[in-house]
Amino acid sequence: MSAIWIAVLGASLTAFLNKYIGHSVPEKWLNRPTFMRINALVPIVLLSALVAVQTFANKKELVLDQRAAGVFVALLALKFKAPFPVVVVLAAITSASIYNWF
Amino acid sequence: MSVNPKKKQVDRTALSVALTVGLYGAAFGAAGVTAGFSILQTCLLSILLFSGASQFAVVGIMGAGGAAISAIATATLLGFRNALYGLQMAPILKVKGIRRVLAAQITIDESTAVATLQDNDEDRKRGFYLTGVGVYIFWNLFTFLGALGASAIGNPSVWGLDAAVPAAFLGLIWPRLKNKLQFIVSAIAIAWALLLTPITPAGIPIITTVLLAIVFGVKK
Repeated sequence: MSAIWIAVLGASLTAFLNKYIGHSVPEKWLNRPTFMRINALVPIVLLSALVAVQTFANKKELVLDQRAAGVFVALLALKFKAPFPVVVVLAAITSASIYNWF
Repeated sequence: MSVNPKKKQVDRTALSVALTVGLYGAAFGAAGVTAGFSILQTCLLSILLFSGASQFAVVGIMGAGGAAISAIATATLLGFRNALYGLQMAPILKVKGIRRVLAAQITIDESTAVATLQDNDEDRKRGFYLTGVGVYIFWNLFTFLGALGASAIGNPSVWGLDAAVPAAFLGLIWPRLKNKLQFIVSAIAIAWALLLTPITPAGIPIITTVLLAIVFGVKK
């Protein structure tokens, strides 16, 4: 089985376990203040790191290319409260314009 | 049957959330194919995993050449919030057996959010199920269309898909950044990931940022 298949099936299994456990355990098992504070920060750090890597990494090299321009435009769009699909499309148009014309 | 205006309002909220979020599935479908997943693998993530941030993380990390274990660990940590939503929903839904399995599968950001907006348990239930099932249908439909579209494209840079993916992540973080601490932690996570990129295997720069969440979370 390829690594991608392992990732697809493995992550699907743990995702379901996460969801099912929540419906099945007593509340006090998970509801602890320090734990909740850490948990609130987990998506922030992981997603921030993902944005950084997807924007500036090319394999193991850091590069500044059309993607950074696209993501910067997305950031501006979010600041102006644009809806998600608009944010994504603006990023794509910006990046594609630079890639194709320069 | 009499028309209950409140019920109609729950239905309308559920439908509009389902459609908007569902459209976003196209970005995921495109991201999956761009990262080297087949259309089947991309669609299976939407069918089986069904949690946006975790799905984007899996394709992002595998696409960057990361190990399966990094992708699984990152997706699992991102999906833990769904366990907390389950805790919140369980006493309202009161379901067992196969119904609990189905309710668990649609326990995500959107279904829980629409449920918590309601002011009685009957509407909370209705909001949860309608939103959960609605997002499931549209998210999967648009994942397939996005994957199909991206596989017809060839070089993702030509269509800007290389920037659409991180922009999609950015759209997921943005609503979570509400105070100064969160912005600072986000900035440190970015610096950390970029510093580690040249010197560690792909996936490590991402999963290790959890240490930052622990440090800042314990510190208060």
